[in-house]
Amino acid sequence: MIPRHLIIGVAVLLAITLGMGFYVWQMRGRVDRSEVSAVNTQPVAPPVSGPSEQVTLYVAYDDAGVLRPKPVRLPLPAGRQERAAEILRALLTLYLDRFSPHPLGAGSEIRDVYLVDPGLVVIDLNAAFADNHRSGVLVEELTVVSLIQTLSANIPGITRVKILVEGNERDTLAGHADLSNFYDVPAVTQVVAQLQNTQ
Amino acid sequence: MRWSNPRRLVAPVSGRQSRGRLVCAVLAFGAAVFLATTLLVFSSPEEKRISIYSNAANYALPVLERNGDEYVGLLEVFEPLGAVSAKANGPHWKFRYYEVESEFTAGKTRARIHGADYDLPSSFLLENGRGLVPLSCLGTLLPRILGGPVTFNQNSRRLFIGNVAVHFTAQVSKTTPPKLVMNFTAPVNPTIATEPGELRLSFNREAVVAPGSQGLTFDSKVIPSATFQESNGAAGLVIAATVPLMASFANNGRTIIVEPVPQAATTAAPTPPAQPPQTAGSSTASTAPVSAPPPVIRHYFAVVDPSHGGEERGASLTDQLAEKDITLAFARRLRQELDLRGIATLLLRDGDTTLTLDQRASLTNSARAAIYLCVHATSQGNGVRVYSALVPAGADNHGPFLSWDEAQTAFQLASRTAGVGLVRDLQSKQIPARSLIAPLRPLNNITTTALALEIAPSSDDVSQLNSPAYQQLIAGAIATGVANFRDRLEAGR
Repeated sequence: MIPRHLIIGVAVLLAITLGMGFYVWQMRGRVDRSEVSAVNTQPVAPPVSGPSEQVTLYVAYDDAGVLRPKPVRLPLPAGRQERAAEILRALLTLYLDRFSPHPLGAGSEIRDVYLVDPGLVVIDLNAAFADNHRSGVLVEELTVVSLIQTLSANIPGITRVKILVEGNERDTLAGHADLSNFYDVPAVTQVVAQLQNTQ
Repeated sequence: MRWSNPRRLVAPVSGRQSRGRLVCAVLAFGAAVFLATTLLVFSSPEEKRISIYSNAANYALPVLERNGDEYVGLLEVFEPLGAVSAKANGPHWKFRYYEVESEFTAGKTRARIHGADYDLPSSFLLENGRGLVPLSCLGTLLPRILGGPVTFNQNSRRLFIGNVAVHFTAQVSKTTPPKLVMNFTAPVNPTIATEPGELRLSFNREAVVAPGSQGLTFDSKVIPSATFQESNGAAGLVIAATVPLMASFANNGRTIIVEPVPQAATTAAPTPPAQPPQTAGSSTASTAPVSAPPPVIRHYFAVVDPSHGGEERGASLTDQLAEKDITLAFARRLRQELDLRGIATLLLRDGDTTLTLDQRASLTNSARAAIYLCVHATSQGNGVRVYSALVPAGADNHGPFLSWDEAQTAFQLASRTAGVGLVRDLQSKQIPARSLIAPLRPLNNITTTALALEIAPSSDDVSQLNSPAYQQLIAGAIATGVANFRDRLEAGR
């Protein structure tokens, strides 16, 4: 005959073991969820108010090495500078998508866009944008031209564009496309015309 | 002493043998005549020139031989120095430099300068409105017109206006290995070359003068001596050594350090012929190992630039394959193909060395080649993409001085035309090719036709970039394209 106190003790220990197991299982699930959220570094879209408008994004397609216009509808704020930033963020969202035609590195983000009169725009990228960008003449050119053409096509009056990384001047985007100089919008338009043809 | 009769040494020959020898003799004579003619035609003597150093500019002018004397164009001498004008009226030639008026007469030795007579050592010459004065008079003629001191070394044809000479000191340190440290009073950018047992610094534009004596001796077995030489408007310093040497620049080009090439570097692949000093603002030294004797003065038709190199790997094409290695391998192949077509080619780097974009542009511009080809490689796309420069906006040009960032402007059309032609040639050989404009340095800093080539595999197999057969196919097609464009490129030079 097993003593009663021994049965009670074993039952209590079993209950504690099951409880601990359940607790550990719960904790593990919580850790997995937090890891997933840490990897997802896509910028959180800021709340945008305003009527939805049609804009044209100039989207790069790596397979054919071309740039194509893509009309989309976006809710845009009233301010010119905010609109510029919002349009570029929409372009970036497209590039950061899982099925992106021109993938950018994880964590790529537009930090800010400054409209400096007369006609000068400064685009400030974050470090991840440049550091995680693929290296190559065409792939870098497509990114730069896509940003500039998307801006100039939707924000009238832009004549020159300067691209910074984390607020600082940088020689190249990822070893090729020049970021040390100002981009002349009419000259970029010529490049766009070439990049719209596959030949 | 007994002399043997040469006839006795000659074996009797048959008529057939005799004819054979006659044919051989005629062929040998023909070959000798051909060789002599070739040497006469192609080994033209070095063009005589005079170098003029001033606070306004350092420049070189051609020296002309007339009636056994050396002459130089007077207007050309003064043009870089300030406001100058000249007018020919029959045999009379009026020359004005700021407020100083001079009058020369063709065929006469007497001239009037600022109201006073002046006698030239030989007659003044007038050729198509261009006034030529004897070279030997510059030392006395220029002070009268300029109103300041001039030092003219006629033997070396070097003329110093005012106090512009660059002096230097040279000292060998007692360290192991020993170092020859040369400190200059102004930044210098010599051409560096090696020959067995010596390293040669050529100062073609700098007003460097001898440090007291022409010969320098050092208390070192490795670097025992150096000799300063001046001739034909240039100065040079030849450093004798018992081991291969390398030169490095420091102190913004004011210091040159010459030291033995490290043992590992001497066995490595040869490096570019010369590297200019670091750009202003940099205080770190840049090294220019010169373990292989590069061409000293040679006129290159093409410059091939394997992009990236050294610490800069470029794109990682695979885990093991870096862009810098592919560009170098391809560039070597391209040079070989161009050489085969008789196109003298300078390779900007022939080893795993770091060159800045500014250094690449400076080396190319000083080579005065007809075309610059920069090589890139990528795993994306297929075939070859040929880029010409997208010249940036907003740079300022000041008179004749072009903005560094816009230096390509005058050659943009030529570059684009050459790019389109090259693409057509590649396509004709079934190689997918595309012509584009790209914001890619140093294309915009180059003062000649400038193209970048981005080589991609023809399929998804990136390792194809490393395939000699694939590289050969593309290099051959590009070299043929350049050769087809040769005349047009030469004209646009």
